[in-house]
Amino acid sequence: MAIDYIFPTYEVVRDPNRCTVCRICETQCSHQVHRYDAGSGQMLCDEARCVDCLRCVSFCPTHALKIKKNDCAFRQNANWSQKSIEEIYKQASSSGVLLSSMGNPQAYPVYWDKILINASQVTNPSIDPLREPMETKVFLGKKPSSIQRNPDGSLCTSLAPQLTLSMPVLFSAMSYGSISYPAHASLARAAQVMGTYYNTGEGGLHEDFYGYGENTIVQVASGRFGVHTKYLNAGAAIEVKMGQGAKPGIGGHLPGMKIVGDVAKTRMVPEGSDAISPAPHHDIYSIEDLRQLVFSLKEATQYQKPIIVKVAAVHNIAAIASGIARSGADIIAIDGFRGGTGAAPTRIRDNVGIPIELALAAVDQRLRDEGIRNRVSIIAGGSIRSSADVIKAVALGADACCIATAALLAMGCHLCRTCQSGSCSWGIATQRPELTARLDPQIGAQRLVSLLTAWQHEIKEFMGGMGINSIEALCGNRAMLRGIGLTQKELDILGILHAGE
Amino acid sequence: MKKEGQIRIPSGCAISAVISKEGRRMTGEKIIESMIPMHDRSNGLGGGFAAYGIYPEHADLFAFHLFFEDEEARHTFEKLLKESFEIYDAEAIPIRIIEEITDIPLIWRYFAAPLPSVLRRQQLDEKELVVRTVTRVNSTLRGTHIFSCGKNMGAFKAVGYPEDVGRFYRLEEYEAYSWTAHGRYPTNTPGWWGGAHPFALLDYSVVHNGEISSYDTNRRYMEMFGYRCNLQTDTEVITYMADYLLRREGLSLRETASVIAAPFWSTIDKLAEKDSQQAEQLTYLRKVYPSLLITGPFSIILGFTGGLMALNDRLKLRSMVVASKDDKVFIASEESAIRVMEPNAENVYAPMGGEPIIIHVKEGAY
Repeated sequence: MAIDYIFPTYEVVRDPNRCTVCRICETQCSHQVHRYDAGSGQMLCDEARCVDCLRCVSFCPTHALKIKKNDCAFRQNANWSQKSIEEIYKQASSSGVLLSSMGNPQAYPVYWDKILINASQVTNPSIDPLREPMETKVFLGKKPSSIQRNPDGSLCTSLAPQLTLSMPVLFSAMSYGSISYPAHASLARAAQVMGTYYNTGEGGLHEDFYGYGENTIVQVASGRFGVHTKYLNAGAAIEVKMGQGAKPGIGGHLPGMKIVGDVAKTRMVPEGSDAISPAPHHDIYSIEDLRQLVFSLKEATQYQKPIIVKVAAVHNIAAIASGIARSGADIIAIDGFRGGTGAAPTRIRDNVGIPIELALAAVDQRLRDEGIRNRVSIIAGGSIRSSADVIKAVALGADACCIATAALLAMGCHLCRTCQSGSCSWGIATQRPELTARLDPQIGAQRLVSLLTAWQHEIKEFMGGMGINSIEALCGNRAMLRGIGLTQKELDILGILHAGE
Repeated sequence: MKKEGQIRIPSGCAISAVISKEGRRMTGEKIIESMIPMHDRSNGLGGGFAAYGIYPEHADLFAFHLFFEDEEARHTFEKLLKESFEIYDAEAIPIRIIEEITDIPLIWRYFAAPLPSVLRRQQLDEKELVVRTVTRVNSTLRGTHIFSCGKNMGAFKAVGYPEDVGRFYRLEEYEAYSWTAHGRYPTNTPGWWGGAHPFALLDYSVVHNGEISSYDTNRRYMEMFGYRCNLQTDTEVITYMADYLLRREGLSLRETASVIAAPFWSTIDKLAEKDSQQAEQLTYLRKVYPSLLITGPFSIILGFTGGLMALNDRLKLRSMVVASKDDKVFIASEESAIRVMEPNAENVYAPMGGEPIIIHVKEGAY
């Protein structure tokens, strides 16, 4: 119907003087935007299908293409934005829940950008990381409340299982199914090279990747897809996924079209059937139930693996984290409301949850107030975009950060936020073989290694500037941070002073 | 302008110490003199001393040294102290009025013992009760600051140059088997005397030169265990860390040193080839106490009953030398200070970064 018509969001601009009609754009576009018209001998396009993934632009050998935001617009209205109007039309015609992908793109405050980092001047020396040792190694896991000694007086050095990270960054959970085989292969290889971890997400572990077990975190989510004893014992740690920053309080839904071949086998579900993760774990309706699952998993793995409990950052996160810390979990992963997703209801993604910065600060302080901060390690995620964000998160109190969107970007993602279509032109969020073949795991892994290597250099420079030569002396070191343009309330929650104080 | 404790003030410093391994007592004259050649390392905004073995007549009693703003503060404190301690002796600490030291608060000392009934009811040992009492007084009582609370030892400190502070407290009249001294160079004006060093808790005292970059990590960890960093100084938190690791966690001095000035992972890896057990223990300590690593420059002298431990940060970003002569061991920021105390000092040695120098007085001699 004409009233449902929404003009194309993007305009494909082709310079006819540059275009050689090589048709590369046509073969590269997984959304069928470009097509060759034999009659006129020209390239045509259906702009309504364009998602601004920039695949054609990147591959156009003559730089003939660019994608522009369409300037065709509704009459200007400060209240009814174009997006709001278009979404009304979509729902009026479809009666459906709006779906989106990747992290919350709305203009909420980004607290990372309102926090500044300290450096040494005069009274203590900065340290040059090129000349002096600069330690970024991190151990995640439960620390004992007091030491034990052997009969001969020496320290009894047995310790709850720990994860060892060469730097305070690991890859967040992304399931095989939501992302492709080569994407998983890239993450696994990069984690191994860098001495850190990647996370299977809830889709099970492809049998080809058992060899990367020492650098793998296996996830147990509410759908329990692909969970079996061998799987639990395959990784270095087990993560219980209670929630996800992009969609707190709701489950997951991997459409049947992505449940093909090995994905179905790995998840242990029939091909083509939707894989639906319930909103709650149906064996966890309260904190004491979580404790039972945590210990069931420990029993299943002979207490050799640390258990991570991942939760979305919601209003009462500090009290929730305190409960988790007392549940037997070794590590808490907190996912902020900007965290990515392969698909989530738009309204949930854009309106539920709180920023990771505030959640992290509140949790760290609460665990300290209760004297149990050393019982658990904290992983912060949900839009860590750079080494500066890592430094700020660690100084606020995170033991490590996890990254997913940044990792996808390194592998080629252009953040078009259309993962739910299953037609990712970059071969990442798709299971279509002709598309997944576009991502070479060798190159994907190398780019991830490069990204983390670059961040590690930058982290060392920040640390050296502050006169800190080991990352553990930065953890929770909030005196190294100052707020800029924040209210007193925000400063109080973050536990930092304002710049100039 | 904010008072110390409301704001964090970094400072540079001079430190000095002497100890007799035979437990022979020395008056405060030499240690005061040792600070004179290091005059320029202080700026007149803080000096102090700690002395061990000075109260043999009250050796079994806790000696509380206090600053009061006024008499009312003192009366409030005495009332509170009597709730859980029996006071055996109380007096103003003798001072010498000199023009270099001004704005003098009331300075008192109390010799007291915990009431056994209170210890039983609160299920505490006497040291823990003292720590809790000190934390409570220093956090909550107006115009009152306990700056020393050990047995048979005491800290003496003031705003001024250390050599003047020594004369002010008439330290030549005290005899100790172990002395430490501190001259302060804060980068801001401390409002009052509590910010001077040494900082002392129970019989632990710390003099420190440096500015630690791990301060807030260390502070926030220690505050989990009931310590309150009211002064926001490095020395304060280091003292609490020493108390926590040595007394509450039961670590040895050497283990404590390898927590706060932990060897680099590369060093531990190298050691693993020769002594895997030692490497394993060091790894364990780093894993268990990551938040108690101190980074940034420091040289500290930790005093305790019957000994001293000197320690540099692991990169050795602050000067510190050790020397000896006969039964005496000397430690100072500069050799010049040692030469004043003992012109013929031998075995002058600059300890490596993170290498603890531990000196014990002969058993039974203190």
